[in-house]
Amino acid sequence: MTEPGTTDAAELFAALPEVDEDAQRRLHARLVAAADRAGILDVAYRTVDTPLGTLLLAATDEGLVRVAYDRESHERVLAQLADRVSPRILLAPARLEEAATQIEEYLAGRRTRFDLPLDFRLSHGFRRAVLSHLTEIGYGRTASYAAVAAVTGHPRAVRAVGTACATNPLPLLVPCHRVIRSDGSAGAYVGGPEAKLALLRLESAAA
Amino acid sequence: MTRFGPTVLRVCRALLGPATADDAWSETFLSAMRAYPDLPDGSNVEAWLVTIAHRKAIDQLRAESRRAIPTEHLPERPSRDGVPGGWEGDLWAALKVLPDKQRQTVAYHYLAGLPYADVAQIVGGTPEAARRAAADGIAALRRTYLEGASR
Repeated sequence: MTEPGTTDAAELFAALPEVDEDAQRRLHARLVAAADRAGILDVAYRTVDTPLGTLLLAATDEGLVRVAYDRESHERVLAQLADRVSPRILLAPARLEEAATQIEEYLAGRRTRFDLPLDFRLSHGFRRAVLSHLTEIGYGRTASYAAVAAVTGHPRAVRAVGTACATNPLPLLVPCHRVIRSDGSAGAYVGGPEAKLALLRLESAAA
Repeated sequence: MTRFGPTVLRVCRALLGPATADDAWSETFLSAMRAYPDLPDGSNVEAWLVTIAHRKAIDQLRAESRRAIPTEHLPERPSRDGVPGGWEGDLWAALKVLPDKQRQTVAYHYLAGLPYADVAQIVGGTPEAARRAAADGIAALRRTYLEGASR
């Protein structure tokens, strides 16, 4: 179907920018501030560039709710957050300044523990119980999947501990990288095996 | 939200001009954020946002006309305002003197890319009437803007 006037219209609007970057930035900042004031900014997110790749950080009013590696696809993680927490999500780096700084310090070997409020709402049941035990494994130390299963009171749930680590919504902060295989090898990691080795090396060097 | 931001800004600028479009844009996304959780799955988010922008622009124009001294006729001669944000000042001047329905249909169909069925839902009337209004609007813009520009 030919639309009379389509050519005219193309000519008319040809000078208009598709995206006006400056205006979008200005308006976005204004929207974040207004949404914040109105109390309807449920999830703030930002990215931070690290030696382990670009990390996505997301926080609710209660605290950091999600840390995601590149390989998890940030796009998909944001969609998940919209679905499981709230679709009121905005890029709001200022809200995550402290979290970004602490993660950068940690990865530079200048910080051995995090001091940030965490929101565990993305984890439930046994997996959540596992994660709460992981925070007891100190910097530079490791525990086997079997040992973690034993502390949770379900010594045979070794595989379930592995799943809890693999689905940890807050890697780094909840140190699932400190859980290794009984034979001493590092095993799998939500950020990839190389990231896990890098973290274990970092902590053993600095500890 | 980031995906439709630029389109909604183009629409707001076409409806209100570059100077006051920012307010309508912000209002649109703020109410969208408030209402978003109630939006049924599978809704056309873009058409929905343009609908909100449409209402916000009408509110804003009403508020402006309450502040301004009412006149019987719209100014004939396009004024030469500044051109913030790279928006063509002359194009806005040409849009401003169009009848409301023409300006709206041009914005929603040509700038937001909505089909006439959606445009008609927003402005009222039939899709055919929306198509005619947009065609008239484009013809008028062509006369006032393009010919004015080729001096």
